[in-house]
Amino acid sequence: MKLLPLFSSALVLALGSTAYAQTTLTIATVNNGDMVRMQGLTDDFTAKNPDIQLQWVTLEENILRERVTTDIATKGGQFDVMTIGTYEVPIWAKNSWLLPLDNLGDAYDVDDLLPAIRGGLSADGKLYAAPFYGESSFIMYRKDLMEKAGLTMPDAPTWDFVADAARKMTDRAAEINGICLRGKAGWGENMAFLTAMSNSFGARWFDEAWKPQFDQPEWKNTLQFYVDLMKDAGPVGASSNGFNENLTLFQQGKCGMWIDATVAASFVTNAKESTVADKVGFALAPDTGLGKRGNWLWAWSLAIPAGSQKADAAQKFISWATSKDYLALVAAKEGWANVPPGTRTSLYTNADYQAAAPFAKMTLDSINAADPTNPAVKPVPYTGVQFVAIPEFAGMATTVGQLFSAALAGSTSVDDALAQAQQSVDREMKAAGYY
Amino acid sequence: MARAVSTRRKLTMTILVWLVALIVFFPILYTIITSLKTEGEAAAGFSMLPSFTFESYAAVLDQQDYFRPFFNSVVISIGSTIVALLIAVPAAWAMAFTPTPKTRDVLMWMLSTKMMPAAGVLVPMYLIFLNTGLLDTLLGLTIILTLVNLPIVVWMLYTYFKEIPVDILEAARMDGATLGKELVYVLLPMAVPGIASTLLLNVILAWNEAFWTLRLSTDDAAPLTAFIASFSSPQGQFLAKLSAASVLAILPILLLGWFSQKQLVRGLTFGAVK
Repeated sequence: MKLLPLFSSALVLALGSTAYAQTTLTIATVNNGDMVRMQGLTDDFTAKNPDIQLQWVTLEENILRERVTTDIATKGGQFDVMTIGTYEVPIWAKNSWLLPLDNLGDAYDVDDLLPAIRGGLSADGKLYAAPFYGESSFIMYRKDLMEKAGLTMPDAPTWDFVADAARKMTDRAAEINGICLRGKAGWGENMAFLTAMSNSFGARWFDEAWKPQFDQPEWKNTLQFYVDLMKDAGPVGASSNGFNENLTLFQQGKCGMWIDATVAASFVTNAKESTVADKVGFALAPDTGLGKRGNWLWAWSLAIPAGSQKADAAQKFISWATSKDYLALVAAKEGWANVPPGTRTSLYTNADYQAAAPFAKMTLDSINAADPTNPAVKPVPYTGVQFVAIPEFAGMATTVGQLFSAALAGSTSVDDALAQAQQSVDREMKAAGYY
Repeated sequence: MARAVSTRRKLTMTILVWLVALIVFFPILYTIITSLKTEGEAAAGFSMLPSFTFESYAAVLDQQDYFRPFFNSVVISIGSTIVALLIAVPAAWAMAFTPTPKTRDVLMWMLSTKMMPAAGVLVPMYLIFLNTGLLDTLLGLTIILTLVNLPIVVWMLYTYFKEIPVDILEAARMDGATLGKELVYVLLPMAVPGIASTLLLNVILAWNEAFWTLRLSTDDAAPLTAFIASFSSPQGQFLAKLSAASVLAILPILLLGWFSQKQLVRGLTFGAVK
């Protein structure tokens, strides 16, 4: 008989623990500094939400894209939160693959999100992904080399100024290349840069009737300018260089200028990694006076797949990870310089952040200068600055990227590369039923 | 004179063999060297002189759990090898000792499945795994690795079995051995070197398989291939950490290969010289 109370207590405890069942969120993410830092800070979230556990799946960027696309298209339900970019969000939202983020909490302050980033992550006025960090692109340059060349970098230079400065800064004997730009083929590599650059030259991927425009003079001007500039002032083997390769060259003092993601600013000014940390200046991406600059807009963002059974818990997590409080948490633990940039207006009015990140103002100006809904000088039927937000773009741009990379390497001419690009994209668009 | 020529030839051959061995081993050697560099050194370009720092190993082990993916790799590699052998031994026996006019075609058909691009069947396989609850399970990965490597296992065993004189099996039959006894007591002992090398090779292939293991696992069943992939970064330096993760992932299989090399070579050259 004495065993009965004991048994009853055990039963109550068991039932109690069942009622207190844990929800485990599986989060697919990429391996970059900000994401790794967030994984280290998740104790803060689980302390506030003891009923939710987090399971991280860190994948290589291309594998992540493939995995989450397969999972979401087949409604696999393997992930509750996905890290996706501004390219995927409008397409997936249109396919009803994502849940709208309409329950982020009263304290979230959605209006504090940078308008350009928020616009890129919304469809039909609804937010489908919350930005974890955002970026544009700008010029990082060596102030000492610029001075040596007898030039002063304006805050908003033209392409002609940049080309002239690059040629003057180049010193092959000292292994200094005037400019380092992406050349590695890929829609997220050289085509991100070249598409953004083409916007500033007045080019566009498609006209209003979705006809490809690579046979137009604006594209010829863009590609010829790029190839000539890289031939005169770029590094050897530039057709193999992507973000990481150029980052290494710049940190080793081998680039006079580098036009790339604003997120690189924290790497090149980090004295632990960069030999030129105290000599770096920043300027807006160049233009040609046509009204558009050659900078892009990107945000790694957190979204909930429509197949998730744990949408409420997932929204709680996204709300925490992209909140003002999270930025303050990172600042308290690791300093303001390590706060994920490019998502909230309030961050850029914070004096502590401005003091810790000398590139803050230029980053904000660059992000604000990008307009994903109106990216080109001429009217276009698509959204996206360095990409075209249609499912066919990734495949087409990778092919075009290979052609342009070959032009940079000198294995084909600019004219041939453009002609083949026109032919290839025309074929794909016809096959996809755009006309 | 003849002796001088022979010595020179021996020396040339030795140098040549060392050279080939070094070329084959170089990627692994360079991965080990890179893992002992700082991220800055690793990104700086080709250099055989690391600063012998273990900071990347510390960072890798701090950032990710190593032992669960290691355990998963062990389970799926050994599991798939055992299942593959259980299927392949009778299949190879049948084709080697009781061939039909279509045996060669069957073998070629099995091998042809290896020629198909795996990406072509990714979505159907994913759906099958999803609907059968096999996604992100050790059982699911064991099944897929068995299927992926089965053609090679059958082919290898078939080749070894063909070297065994059929007369010996017939003699066993004459002595009253049943089919099972013939397989277990006569064929298998004679084919041990071949089976051992097939087993080892299959474990290595399963351990290294990345396409399916990365795509059909998420977290619970993720093996060391996923562990490695998680250290590739789109922005920022990662080569030293990636190399450290790779060394940690390949170390067990390298050691296995090292300690069983005699058996492997014996099996792989089985029947090569008559």
